[in-house]
Amino acid sequence: MSDRDLAPLHSLRDLAAELADGATTPAALLEQSRAALDACAGLNALITRLPAPAAPGASGGHPLWGVPYAHKDLFCTAGVRTTAGSKMLADFVPPYSAHIHERLDAAGAVLVGKANMDEFAMGSSSEHSAFGPVANPHDPSRVAGGSSGGSAALVAARAVRFATASDTGGSIRQPAAFCGVTGIKPTWGRVSRYGMIAYASSLDQAGVIATSAVDCAIALQCIAGHDRRDSTSQALAVPDWLDQLDRFDLQGLRIGLPTPMYGEGIDVEVLEAVAEARRVLEQAGAKVVDVDLPNAGWAIAAYYVIAPCEASSNLARYDGVRFGHRAEGVRNLEELYTRSRTEGFGAEVQRRILIGSFALSAGYYDAYYLKAQRVRRLIAEDFARAFEHCDLLLSPTTPTPAFRIGEKLDDPLAMYAADVNTVAVNLAGLPAMSLPCGYVGRLPVGLQLIGKSWDEGLLLAAAHAYQRRTAWHRVLPESLR
Amino acid sequence: MSASTSWQAVIGLEIHVQLSTVSKIFSGAATAFGAEPNVQACAVDLGLPGTLPVFNGAALDLAIRFGLAVGADIAPVSIFARKNYFYPDLPKGYQISQFEQPIVSGGVIRARLGEQVFGVQLVRAHLEEDAGKSVHDAFHGASGIDLNRAGTPLLEVVTEPVMHSAAEAVACLKALHTLVRWIGVCDGNLQEGSFRCDANVSVRPGADAPLGTRCEIKNLNSFRFIEKAIDYEIERQIRVLENGGVIRQETRLFDPARGETRTMRSKEDAHDYRYFPDPDLPPLIVDPARIEAIRAALPVLPDAVRSELLSLGVNGEHAELIASERELYSAWQALRTALPGEPKLCANWLCGEWLGALNAAELAVSAAPVSPAALAGLLTRIVDGALSGRMAKQAFEAMWTSGESADQVIERLGLKQIEDGDALGGLVDSVLAQYPKQAADYRAGQDKMLQFLVGQVMKASRGQANPAQLNALLRARLGR
Repeated sequence: MSDRDLAPLHSLRDLAAELADGATTPAALLEQSRAALDACAGLNALITRLPAPAAPGASGGHPLWGVPYAHKDLFCTAGVRTTAGSKMLADFVPPYSAHIHERLDAAGAVLVGKANMDEFAMGSSSEHSAFGPVANPHDPSRVAGGSSGGSAALVAARAVRFATASDTGGSIRQPAAFCGVTGIKPTWGRVSRYGMIAYASSLDQAGVIATSAVDCAIALQCIAGHDRRDSTSQALAVPDWLDQLDRFDLQGLRIGLPTPMYGEGIDVEVLEAVAEARRVLEQAGAKVVDVDLPNAGWAIAAYYVIAPCEASSNLARYDGVRFGHRAEGVRNLEELYTRSRTEGFGAEVQRRILIGSFALSAGYYDAYYLKAQRVRRLIAEDFARAFEHCDLLLSPTTPTPAFRIGEKLDDPLAMYAADVNTVAVNLAGLPAMSLPCGYVGRLPVGLQLIGKSWDEGLLLAAAHAYQRRTAWHRVLPESLR
Repeated sequence: MSASTSWQAVIGLEIHVQLSTVSKIFSGAATAFGAEPNVQACAVDLGLPGTLPVFNGAALDLAIRFGLAVGADIAPVSIFARKNYFYPDLPKGYQISQFEQPIVSGGVIRARLGEQVFGVQLVRAHLEEDAGKSVHDAFHGASGIDLNRAGTPLLEVVTEPVMHSAAEAVACLKALHTLVRWIGVCDGNLQEGSFRCDANVSVRPGADAPLGTRCEIKNLNSFRFIEKAIDYEIERQIRVLENGGVIRQETRLFDPARGETRTMRSKEDAHDYRYFPDPDLPPLIVDPARIEAIRAALPVLPDAVRSELLSLGVNGEHAELIASERELYSAWQALRTALPGEPKLCANWLCGEWLGALNAAELAVSAAPVSPAALAGLLTRIVDGALSGRMAKQAFEAMWTSGESADQVIERLGLKQIEDGDALGGLVDSVLAQYPKQAADYRAGQDKMLQFLVGQVMKASRGQANPAQLNALLRARLGR
């Protein structure tokens, strides 16, 4: 890897300084973004591109002022269609905006488009989109990961400085890993879900994807914090994360390696890249210990009961009556429901609705939903015990680098297994990140860091400390070199 | 089973009590009745993608107030659950309700049927949101949906199956209806759907037999219909069983036009609601201090009012009336304070002339042209002897029309009893002079002649003679 293959060291902090002293302007940034979006149009990373993104008003001094960004297309934007990657909402223009959009708008960040995604955030490859699959900027024959594949691909292609995303079972971390970018899923309840189209409410969490931990910290800082419109958003003070990043020292940090996340099915090259990252951290003074998560093996099973159960109910509102796709020429109410939903939802969404409806039905509820909830509690307890011995956990984000488009489309179980290291985190509600830690050929490998609840600061600081010592996060896709 | 089997009906009730909050249970939209369709439905009520419910604490306070009024347990932690089913007027495809952990458990409604007083145990009362309304007659070939009502807070009160006749069920409902209005948790308007009832009815061959299969009757929106529907259903079930048939568990709809219940859906078609805890709403945790504050602010309840009135010698009918409406009780309290020694007089006037005039004019208690204070002024004039009962009624009518005080009316109409002995004596003397024969007959022992003479004096006084004084004076003059 030579220097010309690397993006320059240039954080949103640097950009804010340039904007402040007039070295660049919002209009110039928009123009760069426009050109980059044109160049990467083949990735199919956007569902809706704003025809004329508005330059921001006068700067209020926010570091995101004038910065182009994209929303995952499940964040409602007043007046701009919001599809959740579904035919069901192909023409849905919300009359209101998500909390995080209001925050970013107030900061003066500039929305350039709505990013492609797996339909209703159900998927691990962004192939389950009614608007076609997203290609990986590092190898367009490969998937970008999912469900926030569009967000990760746009950031990797340097078409936006950051993108919003959501993570229910790995949907920020897995595409970030596949696309060689940095993503953070904060603690459940840290960012308001108001205006985020729901998949599985008890697991859904909004976050961001950017090219570095510093940029993630700046973007997350903007959208985090209590919102009374989401009763599950927590009324906790949000610390100044950039300040935490700057003061942090790896010396004495205790890093736990959860043994089940290094087990069967993890590629050797992936394990090697993660081991190398571990050595970097150890050389800087971190201490590494093995920890067990005895019930982590049940995470996928529990996740694929709880998430579909909630989804079956969350998606009941798409009935063709008030908004969304409505079948034509129906003869009665039942046909309106059946045909609108059959035509409007893709196969994976229908599969999860059916699984969830079944698992919640009379006679099965105890065996599936309640049992899965018990597993969930055990997993949360496992993490709590692990954190008695360490400050954060380190693992591969995914078992393999990005797979080929179409490779797992007909094998849902193989696709679900791609989430083996990420879903347990959602079940426990913990914050976690993925950051690039190496390459297998052209394909990036992701490193996952998992923190204690509400300790995003330590995650971001440790990630930043790693990125100060490595250049993996600066590696550009070949097409940009 | 023979025709002589002594069947026992078993009835349980489920009542949807609409809580009187200004805004909806999970959104900020207004709850007022009668607005244009869909103008009181916000993004949350419409179930737009990405919207989330935020619980309205005012509904919690009302639920707690109800729970305390019926002596129930208030759950320190209760859980909102989703009840999943598809219907066009249910915007989210699920109703937010409470299932396994309701806010209110237990409690008793005390009902009265004639002289009989009985308690109806409650299973629970839980918070939930109302659905919208389907409008089937406004559009040709299509139904309309009005979501103004969607998200209106309801308290669903569920009784134990402990009633055995339609009359008992109606008595229980009336007691509940009185109570919820009394404590201000519901406006009780049946026509507007603020108080809706479903009845579960079964019959069994005798009180010791196991419970029979029940049918649920829906669409009961007046006390009269409820009574008719339950009576019909009991008879229907007995007829089926006596003819060797079996009762199938089903939901039946009452048809007021025909006075019948008919099958709406059978058990096989019953929904599987797939209840599970709503992940958008954290558990509802109630601070004990909040419960105590609500308990401290609870008004005297109808049962206590009734007992108090009876102990003061007020008759049962009047006690029942005054204990049926909070405003009437307030009026009673105003009278009582002004006239502490005259509970019966107060009750008679309140429930007689005053309420009669209100009802005739179809006015609410609060709109009475004669305020309780003004009425107290009038009654004071009766007690101090200034007015006879008859004059007081005349004065009351004048007060009702003009809005004047009792004293103003007395002054204007010259309605003062003649209590001056000399003036009355003069009238008596002239009457005796006018009717010497009748006076002689009385003296000779014809007692009924006294009434005649009293009447003549009263007439001469234009009704203003004090009757007791007049009687005494006449007897004295006639030497008997």
